[in-house]
Amino acid sequence: MKLTGAEIFIESLLKEGVKTVFGIPGGAVLNIFDVLLGSPIKYILNRHEQGAVHAADGFARASGKTGVCIVTSGPGATNTVTGITTAYMDAIPIVVFTGQVPTSVIGNDAFQEADIIGITRPCTKHSYLVKDVNELAKTIKEAFYIASTGKPGPVLVDLPKDVILDKTEFDYPKEAKLRSYNPTYSGHMGQIKRVSKALVQAKRPVIYVGGGVILSEASDELKQLAVLTQTPVTTTLMGLGAFPEDHKLSLEMLGMHGTYRANMAMVEADLIIAIGARFDDRITGKLDEFAQDAVVIHIDIDPTSISKNVPVNIPIVGDSKDVLNKLLTIVKKEEKNWKKDHQPWLNQIEKWRKTFPLAYKQGKSKIKPQYVIEQIYDLTKGNAIIASDVGQHQMWVAQYFKFIKPRTWLTSGGLGTMGYGFPAALGAQVAFPKSLVFSISGDGSFQMNMQELATAIEYDLPVKIAIINNGYLGMVRQWQELFFNKRYSYSNIAVAPDFVKLAEAFGAVGLRAEKPQDVKKVLKKAIDTPKPVLMDFIVEREENVYPMVPSGKPIKDMLLA
Amino acid sequence: MKNKNNKKNPGKNCYTIGVLVENRFGVLARIAGLFSGRGYNIDSLSVAETLDPTVSRMTIVTRGNEQVIEQIMKQLNKLIDVIRVIDLSEEKYVDRELVLIKVNAKSSMRAELLRITDIFRGNIVDVSSDTYTIEVTGDEDKIQAIIDLMSPMGIKEIVKTGKIAISRGSKVLNTP
Repeated sequence: MKLTGAEIFIESLLKEGVKTVFGIPGGAVLNIFDVLLGSPIKYILNRHEQGAVHAADGFARASGKTGVCIVTSGPGATNTVTGITTAYMDAIPIVVFTGQVPTSVIGNDAFQEADIIGITRPCTKHSYLVKDVNELAKTIKEAFYIASTGKPGPVLVDLPKDVILDKTEFDYPKEAKLRSYNPTYSGHMGQIKRVSKALVQAKRPVIYVGGGVILSEASDELKQLAVLTQTPVTTTLMGLGAFPEDHKLSLEMLGMHGTYRANMAMVEADLIIAIGARFDDRITGKLDEFAQDAVVIHIDIDPTSISKNVPVNIPIVGDSKDVLNKLLTIVKKEEKNWKKDHQPWLNQIEKWRKTFPLAYKQGKSKIKPQYVIEQIYDLTKGNAIIASDVGQHQMWVAQYFKFIKPRTWLTSGGLGTMGYGFPAALGAQVAFPKSLVFSISGDGSFQMNMQELATAIEYDLPVKIAIINNGYLGMVRQWQELFFNKRYSYSNIAVAPDFVKLAEAFGAVGLRAEKPQDVKKVLKKAIDTPKPVLMDFIVEREENVYPMVPSGKPIKDMLLA
Repeated sequence: MKNKNNKKNPGKNCYTIGVLVENRFGVLARIAGLFSGRGYNIDSLSVAETLDPTVSRMTIVTRGNEQVIEQIMKQLNKLIDVIRVIDLSEEKYVDRELVLIKVNAKSSMRAELLRITDIFRGNIVDVSSDTYTIEVTGDEDKIQAIIDLMSPMGIKEIVKTGKIAISRGSKVLNTP
């Protein structure tokens, strides 16, 4: 029996095991939506396409499954660009389906036409314009395969209207095979042996972990290696949760706003084992002075990440999990008294921890933003999925919330997208309806996708929104304070909606805390309310994030207060 | 394509890369975008179908230090539509360009033009009352040499292909 392209599309999603799709309908995809209505797929109707892509992204980060979006042509498609780039920078598997005008008028500047393939070429892992209904099933198979394998990433599939109307036999391929795409999963044994030797010789080793460890589900192997070899672990912003931050070997986060001991350990290390991380400028600071005397090992599935910024002594292309497993079997045979040999190094790190711990002082009158984060951690014991936006609050969450498990932290690390957090939290809540999901935002960031409150209400997604409200674009203000003589050029956003009333207008619950003693009460009430709740925390306006490595400075040059 | 004139010495930071790609629309845009998006230079690029009509072969001439070239090779490999990439300049290779030169050909100059064309094993492919159009193939140096010789006679128009290249010996670049 012949099926229409629209029917093939839905059948293909079902074959891929897709249960939930995000997006907004429109003219070019009406036929798909007509079939969608009777299908077993749950559609989450967002209120802006950017929100839809972030939601699919949050769904993917929390669950490990590929997130899916369907939007219409033209503006529907162009609105996805920030969401797609966010996913691209952080290697998140999503497939975005966009409507397109009929093939006969492509290039004619037709109504709601946009060259979305051209626009997204640099920010997708791959993209397809389907020109023939006979190619549709195969293309969808390949799209999911490419998005979720190797270094994951977003794939865009553009669907012209005539293609989804045309009919053909439906035959879904069992597997996708591409002669031009064969990611390397298996790490080179000879290189892995060299890593083991280097570890044995090292006196001051550090494991530096990025989001790749979470993507490859290698947290257990990482913990085994760290504990066995008594090697401290620091994570990037993207790596938070890959290693339990309450573990004594955890140095917590490194980099521009990392802990003193994490950055000092990187400076003093004689061996750096980078796993699924990419030596981003927020990590290395001034490149010329980064890891000058250390042997650098880099394990990554993406060859382009290796030796891109920092020269590497032992490169290993492969999947973190595979490489760590192999490394573990070899390291177990090494004869070294790890505990005794690394003790002086661990003692030094402990000294750093005590000298400059993360700290703030909560007074009686104004709420410190860090205090709100700590209270959220205390009340949840880390058993929550936390999404953040971008800016000061993001760094405070990274510093003061102790992430214990992978896939509990959703943040836009690479692109730094304000407006990411709330829709991402909705996506995570869709994936885990029973989990406690927090969306911690700044007042600036939240306003960038607050229309998704309607989505939260419509689908009963009881996300707890905590707005760290300082009436500023806080990180901008901090840089202006420190590097522009306190000239606060357009960073004051004190003119803002009443967030409590805003929540109520959408049908959510709005709460506010203005005094330190209110914080816990408000949080408890929010957690106990089985609805979307927005909490407006009015915090100290000019609090800064410390430590801070000024842009372009070596990471040992931390401003500590 | 940007093609710097008078590149008499390609220099050691000049690399010739052979790339096999899926013969699909949009592939050239991906390759060009990779270079432009990262600020890499393409000195020349030529592309055509191979014996297998589903595969195209590109020859890209680019410049940069070793680290840049390593990134270019890796980034090319990372593109889903790229099947294989080799740096031809790592070993010995043969390369050729084709040039068509439309040059002033007054009767007094015709004998000289014919002689030069002959020396370069070129062909006169078109003649008008006052011009010759000359076809020559060769490596970069040879092409430059004939251009230099023709210049005093008044070159009216010139068109060159990008470089194509193949490794010497039995080594081949094929689909796996």
